[in-house]
Amino acid sequence: MERIPILKLGNFLLVSIQVDMHDQLALNLQEELTARIVQDNAKGVLIDISALEVVDSFIGRMLANIASMARILDAETVVVGMRPAVAITMVELGLSLPGVRTALNVEKGIEILTSLITRDTDEHPAE
Amino acid sequence: MNILRSETLPLQSSDDIVRARQAVRVWAVEIGFRLVDQTKIVTAASELARNVCDHGGGGILRIEVVEDGERKGLRLTFQDQGPGIPDIDLAMKDGYSTMGGLGLGLGGAKRLVNAFHIESAIGKGTTVSVIKWA
Repeated sequence: MERIPILKLGNFLLVSIQVDMHDQLALNLQEELTARIVQDNAKGVLIDISALEVVDSFIGRMLANIASMARILDAETVVVGMRPAVAITMVELGLSLPGVRTALNVEKGIEILTSLITRDTDEHPAE
Repeated sequence: MNILRSETLPLQSSDDIVRARQAVRVWAVEIGFRLVDQTKIVTAASELARNVCDHGGGGILRIEVVEDGERKGLRLTFQDQGPGIPDIDLAMKDGYSTMGGLGLGLGGAKRLVNAFHIESAIGKGTTVSVIKWA
């Protein structure tokens, strides 16, 4: 079965979407990613979409779903690498990805995740 | 308006949606669409192709290169023999969905193209035709 690899990067999981997603692939990714968050005790998820030439409402919904599922499992999600033409198109389409954090690249995404998780630890110090 | 070339693709499965996107992209590049316009027409095609598969029970996409005077464009026609749309105005509204989607398909696709035409008959099917000029 075709799969999108999920890489572990310290506390984080990194997913780089390199293929034109068909629907089953998107659903598989949701399932696998939520399983891996729990299994690896991940605190953050980075989704790199720099290779995606199109984000339609189906893929947009998948990204929003992953972010919501991850949040319920106590992990933050950052979507990185969106192409400018994709951003323009998404806004005209009416997709604003509510609840999904974005960053320009993986490096910035890691910075955001690190600061979110540090802040979270400061607010709820371990006893 | 002259039709210079055309191609018809089946729309039955999720793989067909991917193939439709790829075909529209190739044609859009060939007739000289800018990157943003390529992305818009491919995204619109993806939304409309998904409607055909999810709501229309499958159908076809006809891709045509059209010419109107000096300008060239792509006309995409999505056709299904599904249940039809009872209230087109309602179906065009953002946020309206019968399948638990985001409900951006028709209205969203319309914003991404230059011309949009929809015809639907209950029990007979739906045809959506869009044009984007290069």
